[in-house]
Amino acid sequence: MNILLATIRRDLLLHFRQPADILNPLVFFLIVISLFPLGIGPSEAVLSSIAAGVIWVAVLLATLLSIDVMLKGDFDDGTLEQIALGKQSLLVVVFGKVISQWLVSGFLMALMSPLFAMMFYVNTEGMIAIAVGLLLGTPTMTLIGSIGAALTLGLKKGGVLIAILVLPLYIPVLILGTAMVESAVFGHSYTGHALWLAALLVLSIGFAPLATQMSIRISLSQ
Amino acid sequence: MVIQLLGSCMLQAKKITCKRDHRVLFEELSFSLDRGSALQVCGINGAGKSTLLRILAGLYEEFDGEVEWDLEDYPLFSGHRAGVKDLMTARENLLWAANLYGQNVSRDEIDEALSQVSLNGFETVACGAMSEGQRRRVGLARLYLLDNPVWILDEPFTAIDTDGVLRITQRINEHLAGDGVVVFASHLEVSIENMQKLELAR
Repeated sequence: MNILLATIRRDLLLHFRQPADILNPLVFFLIVISLFPLGIGPSEAVLSSIAAGVIWVAVLLATLLSIDVMLKGDFDDGTLEQIALGKQSLLVVVFGKVISQWLVSGFLMALMSPLFAMMFYVNTEGMIAIAVGLLLGTPTMTLIGSIGAALTLGLKKGGVLIAILVLPLYIPVLILGTAMVESAVFGHSYTGHALWLAALLVLSIGFAPLATQMSIRISLSQ
Repeated sequence: MVIQLLGSCMLQAKKITCKRDHRVLFEELSFSLDRGSALQVCGINGAGKSTLLRILAGLYEEFDGEVEWDLEDYPLFSGHRAGVKDLMTARENLLWAANLYGQNVSRDEIDEALSQVSLNGFETVACGAMSEGQRRRVGLARLYLLDNPVWILDEPFTAIDTDGVLRITQRINEHLAGDGVVVFASHLEVSIENMQKLELAR
């Protein structure tokens, strides 16, 4: 438990000392979303019908952008091999790294999302559904993304490969997330979607850190 | 009697064979190390010194043969990359290293380890602002801080000045006197007690 908190603290500290790595994806998210209303025009009917899709896709792409750097820095300066050889469980450290990565990417985007939903004429129910959906869906994306990040550590430019590896696994989250907003906008119950997203989250909490840990060992073995 | 003899043996490498890119680095390499003894791995560049050390540390797994350590955890490893975060200060780096070992260390202990590698006054300097030799010294300060009976050091003297080399050699000798084991790769001739040499030929 101690090492989990120590890892989160260390990674957050590193993020705040080098904010570019976390700000770039966030700014990208902001730009993509704010360009859509400008490009499509201020028609309420069109904007509100594409809102969920645009926001979710932007979050997904921004997550992919940010996941690349999650383990890369530690791999390059040798701290990752020290972590792998430490007496504390690598699994717990990986979990801590995922949590801090999520706090500075997915969590922040989920917090900002109701604001952006407003630009798309989404009603209050829809806004809540977007925020709740993102809070449940983004940790899953970070967890799955960490596997891709760990597998591509040895490569100089792993970005595109990560996308190819993990995008298929993001699709269920994307479909559930957008469908959830759709239901909410029309006043239907969206508990089912939320529970499915939560189930995926629990599943990935259980398996993704294990896979990431093993991928890190494979990547270090070269 | 026999059991005692076996008990003093810390490492046994049995017929390790390693190939990289279809090139045989070493074949059927066998050796053993007792407590309190050191092994210097020599060889020209590309002979496979680093690969051998990474195998012994448990990082590299693409080999045939067996490596048996009388150890519960991984050995303390210092590789080509210093294992030091540029964005963190020397003190923060060592605190993190101690965290990874589950060791509770006080600030005084960390500062003491840093002064052992002549880095007093640099405790709160970010490692990115240091010279290469100083960064490596921060990594080597772990030798004064962490408890681990086995050290595996890959070129520990790179970018270290003469005085530093003497201090580290002295530290290695202390460690050996305390029944520790050291495996290191270096091109330097250093005076270390109870040392075997392993020459890797290509």
